[in-house]
Amino acid sequence: METRGMDKRLSNLASEAAPFMARDRGRHPPAYAPGYKSSILRAPGEALVSFESTLSEKTGPAFGHNVIGALDNDLIHNFAKPGESAIGERIIVHGRVLDENGRPVPDVLVEYWQANAGGRYRHKREGYLAPLDPNFGGFGRSLTDSEGRYWFRTIRPGAYPWPNGVNDWRPAHIHFSVFGSGFAQRLITQMYFEGDPMIAQCPIVRTIADPAAIAQLVAALDMANAVPMDSRAYKFDIVLRGRRSTFFENRPEGN
Amino acid sequence: MVQHLDRLRETPSQTAGPYVHIGLTPNVCGITGVTPEDLGARMVADGVRGERITIRGRVLDGAGRPVNDCVVEIWQADAAGLYNSPMEHRGAADPNFTGFGRCAADEEGVFSFDTVKPGPVPGPRGATMAPHVSFWIVARGINIGLHTRMYFSDEEAANRDDPVLRRVVPARVPTLIGRREGDTVHFDIRLQGEDETVFFDV
Ligand SMILES: [Fe+3]
Repeated sequence: METRGMDKRLSNLASEAAPFMARDRGRHPPAYAPGYKSSILRAPGEALVSFESTLSEKTGPAFGHNVIGALDNDLIHNFAKPGESAIGERIIVHGRVLDENGRPVPDVLVEYWQANAGGRYRHKREGYLAPLDPNFGGFGRSLTDSEGRYWFRTIRPGAYPWPNGVNDWRPAHIHFSVFGSGFAQRLITQMYFEGDPMIAQCPIVRTIADPAAIAQLVAALDMANAVPMDSRAYKFDIVLRGRRSTFFENRPEGN
Repeated sequence: MVQHLDRLRETPSQTAGPYVHIGLTPNVCGITGVTPEDLGARMVADGVRGERITIRGRVLDGAGRPVNDCVVEIWQADAAGLYNSPMEHRGAADPNFTGFGRCAADEEGVFSFDTVKPGPVPGPRGATMAPHVSFWIVARGINIGLHTRMYFSDEEAANRDDPVLRRVVPARVPTLIGRREGDTVHFDIRLQGEDETVFFDV
């Protein structure tokens, strides 16, 4: 009898989505970062209201392989005319999506977007004089595999100037959007390239106070995974929030 | 000496920037032919259960100007209060409802979602959460995505008992209530200043 009751409790625990560990806000940029002027009128002035993640944040959308097209992770070809390809330094970007417990996060969508080799975006609000590449769209996406891995092929984006200070330039970067298993893990960030002297000068990078946190956004040149006579590789791991263990928690409602 | 906790640290957030549409809604910004339909463009399919509604609102900055370059995402339960998620273990959600929507705001900062009204969802310690929709907003100038929730003006009694609304100072609760008018629910989001929307750390 007793063993049975125990089994029931154990299975109840195992079948329940666990809440997330609290976010370490000191690692992220603050909402208000006046060195990045756009944040001044878009930063909430009131404190965030905190509560432990409920079912609404512990769950999140999942996307299947049916949403992913064959060329979605090939930015060199997914917008190019047949037989043509995007201009620029060919690179592979790869890495793993992990959680704070070090566990891989499988089957989640990773979306990425970037400027072309000259630093120009394909976007109606873009005004930089560098030319568009007719064969480059700048958008791609992957679903992580069972070990949390993703990879894509692209060209190395160029640096570009932007209106903030009179002479502010963005270092070469790729934007990333990542889903986890729960809506509370939703994250957008940017990847930079090892060795780029523009990183330290960028007002957007500098919205992050902790140098160790900035280092986490810099992808390492990974020559071991380069494709000879084709592409160099950069490795960029992404860490999402982890779920905490739910030892001895009494949930009579079974949610 | 002490053992290491051996934990990784979350990757820091960076702004989505002004060209976020290339990555999140490529078809909206003219990058067509890569993906047939933008993610989150359609939440409901034929045969969906529940009450069809449209959620519509504007995102405004601290000067009252429209945030016309943001992307808004929503996540919600189906009409029975079930989430269409592998992390939902209470039962199977409506297969004709995704629960996830994504919309690029237009020139006036207006977003809109065709969806269904969600059912109530169990909350912490036996409480019930009133019907609500979770929102996440990203844009140029937003350094880390903003989480908020929309509740419904026609759920006064349930809203009174909602465990999350109870954590909010009463004067600010109205910023979280969508105003129901027929099949449309109006919900404006103010990032800063007077009537600033309540944002959550979840
Ligand atoms: Fe950019």
